[in-house]
Parts: sequence; structure tokens; C-alpha cells
Amino acid sequence: MTFITANWNPLGEAFYRKSELYEMCWNLRDGLRDCLVAAAPYGGPIALLREPVRRSPSSRPQLEIYSASGVSIASFPWKSGPVVHLGWTVSDELLCIQEDGSVLIYDLFGSFKRHFSMGQEVVQSQVLEAKVFHSPYGTGVAIVTGSSRFIMATNIDDLKLRRLPEVPGLQGKPSCWVVLNQDRQTKVLLSTGSELYILDNTSCTAVSLPGLAPQGGSIVHMSVSFSYKYLAVLTDSGHLWTGPSHLQDKMSEVDTKKLTPPKQMVWCRRPKSQQPSVVLMWDRLLMVVGVCQDTIQFPTEDQCVLVGEMDGVRIISSTNQELLQEVPLVCQEIFKIASMAPGALLLEAHREYEKSSQKADEYLREIKEQSMLGEAVSQCIEAAGHEYDPNTQKSLMRAASFGKCFLTDFSPGQFVTTCRELRVLNSVRESSVGLPLTHTQFKQMTLQVLIDRLVYRQFYPLAIEMCRYLKIPDYQGVSRVLKHWASCKVQQKDLSDEAIARAMCAKVGDSPGVSYSDIAAKAYECGRTELAIKLLDFEARSGEQVPLLLKMKRSQLALSKAVESGDTDLVYTVVTYLKNEMNRGDFFMTLRNQPVALSLYRQFCKLQEQETLKDLYNQDDDHKELANYYVTASYREKRLESRLSLLQSAVDEYNKAKNEFSAKATEEEMRLLRFQRKLDDEKGAGLLELSLQATMEALLALGLYKQAEQLYRDFRVPDKRYWWLKLKSLAEKEEWDELEKFSKSKKSPIGYLAFVEVCMKSNNKYEAKKYVSKVTPEQRVKAHLAISDLDGAADAAIERKNDSEIATVLSRCSAADRLLIERLNRASTAKK
Amino acid sequence: MAAHLSYGRVNLNILREAARKELREFLDKCAGSKAIVWDEYLTGPFGLIAQYSLLKEHEVEKMFTLKSGKLPSADVKNIIFFVRPRLELMDIIAENVFSEDKMHSSRDFHILFVPRRSMLCEQRLKEQGVLASFVNIDEYILDLIPYDGDLLSMEYESAFRECYLENDQTSLYHTAKGLMTLQALYGTIPQIYGKGDCARHVANMMLRMKREFAGSQNQILPVFDTLLLLDRNIDLLTPLATQLTYEGLIDEIYGITNGYVKLPPEKFAQKKQGAALSKKAKIISAAFEERHNAKTVGEIKQFVSQLPHMQAARSSLANHTSIAELIKDITTSEAFFENLTVEQEFMTGVDTDKVNTYIEDCIAQKDPLIKILRLMCMQSVCNNGLKQKVFEYYKREILQTYGYEHILTLNNLEKASLLKLQTSSRNNYPTIRKTLKLWMEDANEQNPNDISYVYSGYAPLSVRLTQVLARPGWRSIEEVLKLLPGPHFEERQQLPAGLHKKRQQGENRTTLVFFLGGVSYAEIAALRFLSQMEDSGMEYIIATTKLLNGTTWIKSLMDRPESQIS
Repeated sequence: MTFITANWNPLGEAFYRKSELYEMCWNLRDGLRDCLVAAAPYGGPIALLREPVRRSPSSRPQLEIYSASGVSIASFPWKSGPVVHLGWTVSDELLCIQEDGSVLIYDLFGSFKRHFSMGQEVVQSQVLEAKVFHSPYGTGVAIVTGSSRFIMATNIDDLKLRRLPEVPGLQGKPSCWVVLNQDRQTKVLLSTGSELYILDNTSCTAVSLPGLAPQGGSIVHMSVSFSYKYLAVLTDSGHLWTGPSHLQDKMSEVDTKKLTPPKQMVWCRRPKSQQPSVVLMWDRLLMVVGVCQDTIQFPTEDQCVLVGEMDGVRIISSTNQELLQEVPLVCQEIFKIASMAPGALLLEAHREYEKSSQKADEYLREIKEQSMLGEAVSQCIEAAGHEYDPNTQKSLMRAASFGKCFLTDFSPGQFVTTCRELRVLNSVRESSVGLPLTHTQFKQMTLQVLIDRLVYRQFYPLAIEMCRYLKIPDYQGVSRVLKHWASCKVQQKDLSDEAIARAMCAKVGDSPGVSYSDIAAKAYECGRTELAIKLLDFEARSGEQVPLLLKMKRSQLALSKAVESGDTDLVYTVVTYLKNEMNRGDFFMTLRNQPVALSLYRQFCKLQEQETLKDLYNQDDDHKELANYYVTASYREKRLESRLSLLQSAVDEYNKAKNEFSAKATEEEMRLLRFQRKLDDEKGAGLLELSLQATMEALLALGLYKQAEQLYRDFRVPDKRYWWLKLKSLAEKEEWDELEKFSKSKKSPIGYLAFVEVCMKSNNKYEAKKYVSKVTPEQRVKAHLAISDLDGAADAAIERKNDSEIATVLSRCSAADRLLIERLNRASTAKK
Repeated sequence: MAAHLSYGRVNLNILREAARKELREFLDKCAGSKAIVWDEYLTGPFGLIAQYSLLKEHEVEKMFTLKSGKLPSADVKNIIFFVRPRLELMDIIAENVFSEDKMHSSRDFHILFVPRRSMLCEQRLKEQGVLASFVNIDEYILDLIPYDGDLLSMEYESAFRECYLENDQTSLYHTAKGLMTLQALYGTIPQIYGKGDCARHVANMMLRMKREFAGSQNQILPVFDTLLLLDRNIDLLTPLATQLTYEGLIDEIYGITNGYVKLPPEKFAQKKQGAALSKKAKIISAAFEERHNAKTVGEIKQFVSQLPHMQAARSSLANHTSIAELIKDITTSEAFFENLTVEQEFMTGVDTDKVNTYIEDCIAQKDPLIKILRLMCMQSVCNNGLKQKVFEYYKREILQTYGYEHILTLNNLEKASLLKLQTSSRNNYPTIRKTLKLWMEDANEQNPNDISYVYSGYAPLSVRLTQVLARPGWRSIEEVLKLLPGPHFEERQQLPAGLHKKRQQGENRTTLVFFLGGVSYAEIAALRFLSQMEDSGMEYIIATTKLLNGTTWIKSLMDRPESQIS
């Protein structure tokens, strides 16, 4: 193991280290000289565009895209206009800002996505300089035009161009400028040399740097930190001023003693930085200038590019890539020479333990005496996260694991998580993958985004393995990866529909959360309708299939899928769609094949389109429903003639349906209606709308006995019902003579007890008595009781020798009926 | 607040709380003061989820009933329509919005669809040109509403009609969705049994939905062991019969809607219009004995007073005593007795193939049509259809007495198989009755030992099937199951490893019985009785599309031509 602190350089209180990330895989003939270079932070991709060689217009520059480790991803000749600036968006899309103000967007694989323009005026005035910046709103673009105007778009995905106010006295481009993000506002800070201005939406304000020495000179370079919180300004006299970007304070001012302006100047800080610094790069020199006035100088041999990260600076040269960063405090404590920090002791203890030396115990005891073992383990774990070399990681983790053995209540969470995360990080750092993420960056980026990036780079197997290893729920893990894989797969034009569908089914299977309809939609987008249909077949959620099928004009299929889903609203939706799309005949035929849809449509028509309902029944020769339809319709009709004609139609249909009863009943109804109207006309009886029974009742009440009789006969009303009706009617009108006549007209089909009871209801005991004798023997007791004739009842009961009847009579007797009671009791016992 | 929901085996308050949370979230989406315009049908079910106080807390200041024309004026920032997804309601809303815009323009409109938003309705609003006027269009998934500690209802009144008359399975889709929600809260139900076409359909949809949601696996320990889906049409008889339990009788006589009953006020000292039927009613009903009302009111009083927690509910006790007296007056009447006698004759198969003189007399006396239809349907069901002569005689009698327009209703009842023409000479009903012991001669109503006490001798077929399923299992009654309409089936849902229940010795299993098309209070009582039986080893939670009785059921199947309504 190499000596870990070998590459440490002290800067003030802290140390800086420069560690190699990669030997670059690329083979650049001309190095990075005369190139437009864009390298995205978080170990993002690198884009190169050789400066156009103006000599021959036919030779086109080559645009090349590499992974951070230099693996070529895409390369193609640049056919569009001259490019001023390259930049990456937060979602790894390449922005190529052209002289004429148009911005072309390419994906990681060099396929053109779309373009937008920074405004019409730019076409004339041309872009002098451009910058791509990131803010909470997304990726933005700022340019300065030939007419010295700044134009800005804060989010290219929601393009709103802002033309910033004019800068007084500015000719051409400013000597230097940066984009600031302050108080949720994006501003431009620019220097015209001696003057410093802040440009926001509405104003251009002159500002000055607090505490900058008057002899400082004019500003030649500016740099904002990753978080937009700090600003570094370099003057032509070589003075470097640093301070917070709101310009209210000064942190330090250092004389670099360099009078040539550097190629690049980048902040190098890390969260909880002890000693932030600014890195300046000249042709052959890299200088780290600490806020503490200390500097470190590295010679460089090759042209380099600096990439600012949240916790350091990546230095990319044509041969290798290094990470320059402040050594994290915890690493300092552990590895600093002669450190007595608990972590350092634990690491030492473990080393001795492996050598089977008893010193291990001494070290351990020392930590334990200070009760720092927990702290020591934590330190080792944390430090392991910050180390780039797997061997160092391992020795730290082993030490932590060793220390853990002597702790009883140390939560294993941190240890396990770090182990897992390191494995993930080590695998994405592999040169073939090329994502040189630090642990801090990884935490900031989140696992989700990392998986997304892997997926975007089409490292599907690695992504899936990672999801499985980290036990991410399928929904957010494997399924998501498969989804991307699938939508990438359907775009492969060299594969047949069949092959893709098969591959899809094999790989995706029924992984939860992979929506085949989304994949199918993608396929459809790519013009592969057949494939889309094949894929939709795998979709479990029938409901999801419907919208796409409709879009693809597969309406029949859409209908059957909608029906399958059971979601009636969806069925209605398709039906409504079909209704508008198809001619009526086809529409009906389609419905006919889908009984569920048909009945739903019928329901719809019942409420909304009565006429269509009729057509539907007609088409199906559903005579019974058609008849019912006419019946219903007849009740909506006010005019009797139309009503009768509708009922006649109903009769015809009932007959066709071989529903004799209903046909006859409807005919009867028509007869009744005609009869009612005749009588209404003749006598003003007001019978219409009454039922047959009610009509007869009304007739009887009006004394129109003959007409009532006629109905009774014509409509073959059962005797019983008619007798009841007439009996009650006569009693109500107290037509007692008529009633008696009626009772004698023939033998009562409802018996005579009814007569007795109805009379009693009218409180006419006299009339009631008339009928008692006619009552059948079985009901006689009841009849006598009905008229409160206890003696009669007793006689009848005794005569019939019926115990229960005797008991009934007894129950009605009061104490005063002593004689009667005795008689009944006697009869009762005599029987026994 | 809703303590009655949480006492039981399954804490249904979770469901209610979930519903309340969602309601609050929606209300908070519409910042500022609000007025709610109600689809009147929804007020009842909503009352069981949230009282006015909750709405008030979320700045609901006014409430109106949805009706056409102009919206009443109210000085609020938001107007929220709470509606079922029905086209006719959309037209009314459109009218409201139109007449509104002219006067105020600052009020925001929102729609909350219950239980589900509908593309069809949104399309309609678009056609009417008002869709853009709505700031929020949302859905409030209120499928299963907790009514009691063991009772859930969707209050979907037209479910039976839609399924069996109109072949519209919307209610079943909502049922399946509701069951999915329930499973999300109470865990996947490992076993599903069912009988009937609708049951099959619901189970299919559930299984498909589960596949669709695979991956978002539910990690809740299952509360329910079994789900039993029963079509109402496998047991058409039970709801037709007059319910003879306490709660059932209250429902038969006064009608219970959304847990409330309107009683004649003069009978109550404090002039209470509505008396919430609480758990107490049920406890009484378990021992309360109906028609042959041997127990005196005093005895009930004594019984009730022994119950714990009753001191606080003295007035409730008084109410129940008054109700019992009211009911007693009716149940001891001759008319009630006669009707019941006929019902029992039908159920025991006496003279079901002849014209029944009691029905005839009732028609002659012009008794309420629904009563006639109930009896007639009962006779038809118990006789596996009526002979043509009998059938046509009844129908003529009805048409002539109550009006020809009822031909549509009769057609409907026929379509729903409640009435039918006897085609085969074989009557299955006696076989079913005997095999399933639907008639218990010696029903003990004082200390019931069988579910038949709820109908004084008749054991509801639906509940008997449930009981047999628990023990000894449906395999023992395969033959009878084949006689009933629709398929019977069993499905299993895989549980994630680790969620398999480790049952304690003697721990009861829990079955969710879902009645597709409605359930009567008497059936609920019978299931509660089974839950309470010591050796049953099973607890039942009941869910349904609608709480019904014979009257409301038949009513939902009647067709009233428009001229009759206006």
C-alpha cells in the first residue's frame, strides 16, 4: 500500500490532494488545444469540438462526445453553423450555441433533439460569448451579443427569453462576466475592466468589491463557486480577491504575482470546507490559491480543462484525469502523521491485530479508555466513503468492523449502507462506465438520479444489478430500468416487430410497474403501429390500452379492451368516440358484437336519445323492447289520438314478439281509453288516466251502474273483485236498498260476511243483521260477533260444537254475561 | 366520534378516517371560503363520513342542493359541486355555471365526482362549453361507506336494477374498486369464494386489478381471511319476506335511510324526528323477539338496563321502548298476521301453484301495489315460476286495478326472474329448502339456536350458504349450488411471504360477505347471530351495494312512465 499522505499538500491548516481518476481512454491527436470543450459536473460526459479550421470550407469540424473516462460515445461531423459555446444540461443533453443565436440540443448519443433561438436580433448582431448555467429552475443559457446586450433564458425547457438592460458604455464584449443566482433571481455580474456591474431583469447597477486595494487594477477574470455563494475576481495586477457573491464582504486578497491572465479559474471547495481555494490554470502551471494566502503550485505539461465540482475540481488533460480536492477532515484526522484521533488509533489497532500483535489491544484500550470507540468506528466508516482507492476503503472498513466487535449497541446501519454505497460507487467509477462520482456527490445526486443516468447511458444490466443489490422496490428500481430499456429497444430499426416483441416479453415479462402501454406508445411514436399493437397485448391493464388504441384508430380493439377492463366509463368513452367516427350502420354493427357496450349505449340513449333507442331495437328485431318503448312513449304523449297510435304500435310489436298477454293487455288499455273518452265527452266524468278499477269505482260513485256493469262484463273482471267494489261503493253511498238488491242478484262470490263487515263499517247494524243469516256456517260466529250479538254467536258456536269458536266467543264475554258464559262452558264440557 | 365503528373485530374507523382525510385534502385544495352544491342523493352517505362541523372547519360556509337555474347567492370564493357522475347532473351544473358567470366572475368552480370521475361527464361539460370554468375536477372515491362496526354499504341504489335489467355493470366495477381500497387498508384477502355471475365478474376484475397493481405490494397483515361474494339473484326470496327482527321491522314499517329512521313524532316525549339506530338496537334485536312478542316491554327494559354504558343513554332506551311499542301495535294486528301467514305458506310450499285468495283479496281491497308485487314474486320464486293461468290472472288483476302502465314494471320483474312463467314442471325450491334446511319448524325465538329466527322459521338462503361455506364447506352442497343461477367458484390470492397469519388457538376467522345487489337487515341480523355463536369460529363483516328491504327493492325495479312522476 502506498503511503496515503504522499500526495497531500498543505494549504494553510488544511491539506489538498490530487488523485488520479483515470488514464483517459481517448486518443486525441491534437490534445485539447484549440478545442471547445464542455465537461459536465458530477462526472458527466465530455464534448469536444475542434475549432473550425477556416482554411478550407469543406473540412468540417468533428463533434465528439466521450464519457468522463474518455470512452467515445458519439462522433459526427458538425454540419451546422459556427459554434460559440458548448454546454451540458442537468439531464445530460448537449447544448451547442451557435454564432447566430440558435441553440441546438443533442442527446448523449449525438442525436439531434430540437433547437431554439436566443432571439431574432441575435441573428444580426451575433453571439460573442455564451455561458450555460444551472439553477434550481433547470439549465439556463446566457449570451452577450455583438451589440453588447445580454440575453438570458433561465430554463431551456420552459423557454422565456429575457433581454437584460443595457450596460452603460459597454462596447463589444465585457472583459469578463459570470452568471449569479441570488435570492431566486438570475443575474449577470460583468466587468468592463475598471467598472463592475450587476445586471438584473430591470436594472444595471454599478458595484464595487469591498476592500479591493486601489492599486488592484482592472478585472480580467471572475469565477463563481459551485453553489453560487462565493466569488473570486482576478485583476490585471495579479491580485485575487475572494468574497461572498453578494459583495458585502471580503474574505481575502492574495497576490498571485502573475500578470498574465489564466486560461481558467475555478473555485475548489467542499461542504464544511476548512480552507477553500481558487484554482488558476495557466499554460504550464496550476496554482491553488487558498483564502489563507497560502498557495500550492503544480506544473502541468499539457493543455488541461478544469471542471468545478461541488467538492473539488477535476483536471482533465489529454492523457489523464485527476481530482483535486481538500482532504476531508475525517481523512486528515485518521491519516495525518502522528494523529491520535480515535479513528487513527483504531486503524492502527486493526493493523496490529492482523499482524497478530498484542499492540492491537493496547491501542484498543487507549480508545476505550476515552470511550471513543463508537466515534472511532464512525470515523473509519466515514473516511472510507471519502477514499477513492478500494484498498484504502477496505482497510478502513475492516478496521471499523473490527472496532464494532467491541461495541454492544452500535447500530450497523451506517456500516452496511456505506459498504453498499461504496460497491455501487466503485462499479460506476470503472473506466468502462466512467462516472467518477465522489461519495459526497453521490449523496447529493441521490441514488435515483444515478440509476437514471446509468439508464440514460444504456448501462441496463449494471443498473438492474444495482437495483437488485440495493434491494430497491421493483417499482422504483428494476421496473424503471426495464421500462427505459424497452422504450429504447422499440426504436431499434434493425429488429423485426416480432423479434422485439419476443425480446420484450422475455425480459420484461410481467415485471410490476412496467407499463406496456407506455412502451407501445413509444413504438407508435416511432411509427411502428404493428409493434405497438403487439406490445399492447401484453398490457395487463385493459384500461390503459384504450387511449392508445383509439389514437391508432384501432377502435374495435379499443372497444373490446374497454369492455374487458370493466370500467364502464371507459366503454362509454370509446362508444362516444365510435359514434362520432363511424357511420351509423357500422356503429350499430360494431356495438352488436359487444353486448356490454350495446347495453350501456342503450342506457345512454334511454336518458339522452330516445329516437336512437328505437333504431337500436329495430336493428336487433327486439320486438318486446320495441313494444315497451312504444308503451313508454305513449305516456309522454298528451293527445289521445297519438297515444292510441303508439299503443297500437306496441300491440303490433308485442304480437311480433309472440307476447300474447301483453298485446291483449295493451289492446284492453286502448279500449279503456276510448271508453273513458266517450264517457268524459258524454257525461264529463273525468275518467281519463284512471285505472279500470278506478273507472268502475268512479262510475258507481256517479250512479252510472249500467256503464260500470258494461265494463265489468267487457273486461271480464273477476266476480270477486267486482262484488267487493260494488259492495263498498254502495255502502259508502248508503244505498242500502240497492245493496240488498245487489246481494240478491246472485250468490255472492265473496260470501256474506263481507256484507256484514262493510255495513258495520258504515255503522249500520240494522243493515248488517240482514246478511248474518246468509253467512256460511263456518263464518257465522264471526258474523254474529261482528254485529256484537254474543247470544247469536254463542248459539252458532255451540251448534257447530267448535271449541276454538266457543273460546273466541268466551273471550269476548264480559263479567255481566254470566249466564252466557256458563252455557258456553257447559257446551264445551258436554262435548268432552 | 365514530366509536361505533371501531368496537368490532375489524376497525372500520380506519376506512372512515381514510375517507375523511381525503375529503379534507380536497377541501384544502380550494383555498378560501366555500359553498357546496350537493347532489341531493349524496348528502345521506356523506353524513356518515363527515358532519357539517368538519366541512365548517374547512371553510365551508354554505350548502345548497343542486337544481337547475341560478345558484343562490353566497359570498364565497369557491363553489364546489359534489355530484355523482351522471349526465343529467352535468346539464344542471352547466346551467348553474352559465347563469352565474354573468353576475359574479370572481367565484371559482370545482367539481368533486363521487365515487369516480367520468370522461363521459367531462366530455359533456366540454360540449356545454363550461369545462374550462372549473379550477379543480377531482374524484372522491367513496365506494364502501362504513355504517356500523361490521357493516359497509355502497348505497348504490340502482345496482340490482342495472345489473339484471340493464346489463350495466358499473356498480360491479365500483364494487371491485371498493374491495381493492379495502384490501389496501386491511391487507390482501387470501381466499375468495363466490356464487353468481356478478360475483364471478367482480372476482375477475379484482384479480385483474391486483395483477395491474402488482409490485406495489401490500405489506399489511390480512385482517380478512375470506371474501364471499354473493349475487342477490341467487336468493331472490329472502328480501321479499317480511323481516322479523327489531331493526328489520323498523325498516319494514318506517324505512331506514342512511342509518336514520323517521318515526311518528307524537309518540316521542322529546319530539325526536330521527333516532339514530345505534349498536344498542342491535343488541336488543339479538334477544328481542318479534311477532309472537312474548316478551313484555318491561322485560326489554330490564334487559337493556343490564347493559353497560347504558346510563348515558337513558333517552335512547326510552326511544327504543317507544319504538318497540309502536312496532308491537303493528305486529300484533290481524293484517300483519294474515300477510305473514301467506308468506310462510309460500315458503313452506303450500298451494304455491294456485291463485292465492289472500293476494286476490288484497288486490280487490286495493292494498299498496308493492305489497301485492312482493307476495306475487314470492309465490313465483317459491314455485319456480307461476303456471300460465295463474300468472296471467295476477297480471290482469294488477293492470286492471292499478293501471296498465304497470305492464312495464311487470316486464321488469320478469326480466329479473322475480316473476316468471313456469316452464319445466320441476320445482327446485323444495329441494333447495330441504337440503339447506331453509324451513325450521321449531324456530326458537326466545333463545335462538338457528338463523331461522330472523324470519320466524325461514332461514335466509344467502346466510345459509354462508354458514355452510364456513362449515362443512360448499363441496357438501354441490348439487344445490348447481340449482342456483350462475357459477360458484373459489380463488386464492397469493400473500407475500411473511404475511401468513399465525392463528392463535381458538381465534376466530373473519369473513367479509359481500351482497351484490343488496342485503336486508334480517340477513345482517342472521350473520351477526352466526358471529356470536360460540362454536361458529367465524366472524362476519357484511358489505353490500345497498341496504334494502322488499319494498325498496321492488320499488327500484318499477318503471314509472314520466307522465306519472310529474
